[in-house]
Amino acid sequence: MGPFLLVTIQIDLYDRLALTLENDLINMVSQTGARGVLIDISAVSIVDSFMGRILGNIASMSRIMDAETVVVGMQPAVAITLVELGLTLQGVYTALNVEKGMELLNTKLGDNLELDDDEEEDQDDRND
Amino acid sequence: MIVMTKDTMEIVREQDVVPFRNRVREFGTRIGMSLVNQTKLITAASELVRNMLKYASGGRVILEVISHNAKTGIRLTFQDEGPGIADIAMAMRDGFSTGRSLGLGLPGAKRLVNEFDLKSNPGVGTTVTVIHWKHGR
Amino acid sequence: MNTTAQVLEKNKERILEKWMQNQLSDAALRDDLMTNDELQRQSREMLDGLLRAVSKGNYDNIYDTEFEQVTDTLRDISITRARQGFSPRETGAYVLSLKQAVIEVLVEQRKDDTSMLYQEIMQLNNLLDNLSILTFETFIKGREEVILRQTDEISEISTPVIRVWDGILALPIIGTLDSARTQVVMENLLQEIVNTGSNIAILDISGVPAVDSLVAQHLIKTVSATRLMGAECIISGIRAEIAQTIVHLGIDLSNIKTKASLASALHLAFSMTNLEVRRTERNKGLKLMR
Ligand SMILES: Nc1ncnc2c1ncn2[C@@H]1O[C@H](COP(=O)(O)OP(=O)(O)OP(=O)(O)O)[C@@H](O)[C@H]1O
Ligand SMILES: [Mg+2]
Repeated sequence: MGPFLLVTIQIDLYDRLALTLENDLINMVSQTGARGVLIDISAVSIVDSFMGRILGNIASMSRIMDAETVVVGMQPAVAITLVELGLTLQGVYTALNVEKGMELLNTKLGDNLELDDDEEEDQDDRND
Repeated sequence: MIVMTKDTMEIVREQDVVPFRNRVREFGTRIGMSLVNQTKLITAASELVRNMLKYASGGRVILEVISHNAKTGIRLTFQDEGPGIADIAMAMRDGFSTGRSLGLGLPGAKRLVNEFDLKSNPGVGTTVTVIHWKHGR
Repeated sequence: MNTTAQVLEKNKERILEKWMQNQLSDAALRDDLMTNDELQRQSREMLDGLLRAVSKGNYDNIYDTEFEQVTDTLRDISITRARQGFSPRETGAYVLSLKQAVIEVLVEQRKDDTSMLYQEIMQLNNLLDNLSILTFETFIKGREEVILRQTDEISEISTPVIRVWDGILALPIIGTLDSARTQVVMENLLQEIVNTGSNIAILDISGVPAVDSLVAQHLIKTVSATRLMGAECIISGIRAEIAQTIVHLGIDLSNIKTKASLASALHLAFSMTNLEVRRTERNKGLKLMR
């Protein structure tokens, strides 16, 4: 099992910075062969559709490279707002905090190692 | 309707988005708007300035603290001189986008605020006005 | 001949006296809520403002600037009275008894010129009626504010988040779920998920009288928000008739874990967190000892 990458977003990113993050992160996944990416957004107070799309992109791109993405630490106000906006981060796993995100990645990857063809079970807990 | 505070911000580059959002937050904090309502308003505002930058290469926002019928709230007016929107009903639909995007910005912003008004003249520009009350209703 | 405004100004003290009499003779007035001195002071201020506005010759538009002081004072009085629990009658009587006093004085002063009197009464009637409408409007607004605050308090009290197990929260919802209530439920639930680090939340709707598509939408939103936070949501307390309406309305809850009772939801929560609850042998011993 490869290592996990942990990214903590500390400030409200403007667009170019967010795109840079997407780019850098995918390169890191490719270089390190990481099997899991944790994005800690507990310090992010606003997630609009642009930011939401970046998170979704990172998850989709990582999956193609055989890594799973977990977004952790979303603030309650952000979650409530995203639901109203209509953005439910399809295909992205979520966890309460980094520790729980790590646990989730371990189970997901453990499952995958044991029963490699059980993709459907796996999809169940992704947001949809 | 009484206007109590007024401010205008020019939005010309994507770097203007974050300071603008912070300004809206300042207004919200000043009138004692709850965190969830601030987050909803700022997210809606963020969608609308992004549209302004993406489709009209910028514009300006008027920020106002208003009072009406014993309620206090924030009114934001987004004005641009861009291409305008020909079919407003279509643009307001979930999933409609000419920018190969999610098409969530306009309908999502409308769901997030208490009052939403969009006026547009093709070839002249677009004005979106939103109001969000301190208590979210 | 003197203008209406001049006549009124000259007889201000008499008007005030009559007005105070009218107010105080109203058997319904609650002197427990306000002292006579205060009433006198408030009334004088009001009359001063009114005469000043009338001296500009404006009898029609109470929204003009010269009436600002009058309408502000009136709004103030109405809102305060609404909050203090005055009745609508007591609040309305304030302006209406002023009308009576003004007209009485005018009748005395214009004995010889009835056509003038008629005209003046019509004008003042109109003006004071407008002011009394404003009083009622503001009064109702004041009551609405009180109701709104109480509603908030009720929804706050009626949505407790209970920690049923380490990592498992339960939230019994009693009464209808409208959008304002959903907001409170979501905020409380998500905050408690963060505070306790819980992975599972059970939303029990046994106490919700009916589920229509709007209520279902609110439930779905709550579940989605919970998932975004990284926790799972189970909805329990789905009675037979609720299941029926859900299907008849074509509401899709297939993505959501639902259970008939809180007990079975808890059971599911246990199995999701790999917990097992068993009766132990020791219980037998306890029973024998009784
Ligand atoms: N200020 C504007 N000037 C001109 N056209 C606009 C403006 N705002 C929106 N539009 C048009 O309305 C459409 C819908 O806007 P909306 O914000 O809902 O979606 P989007 O911007 O395409 O995608 P998303 O916001 O989800 O990234 C846009 O694709 C664009 O054609
Ligand atoms: Mg948009």
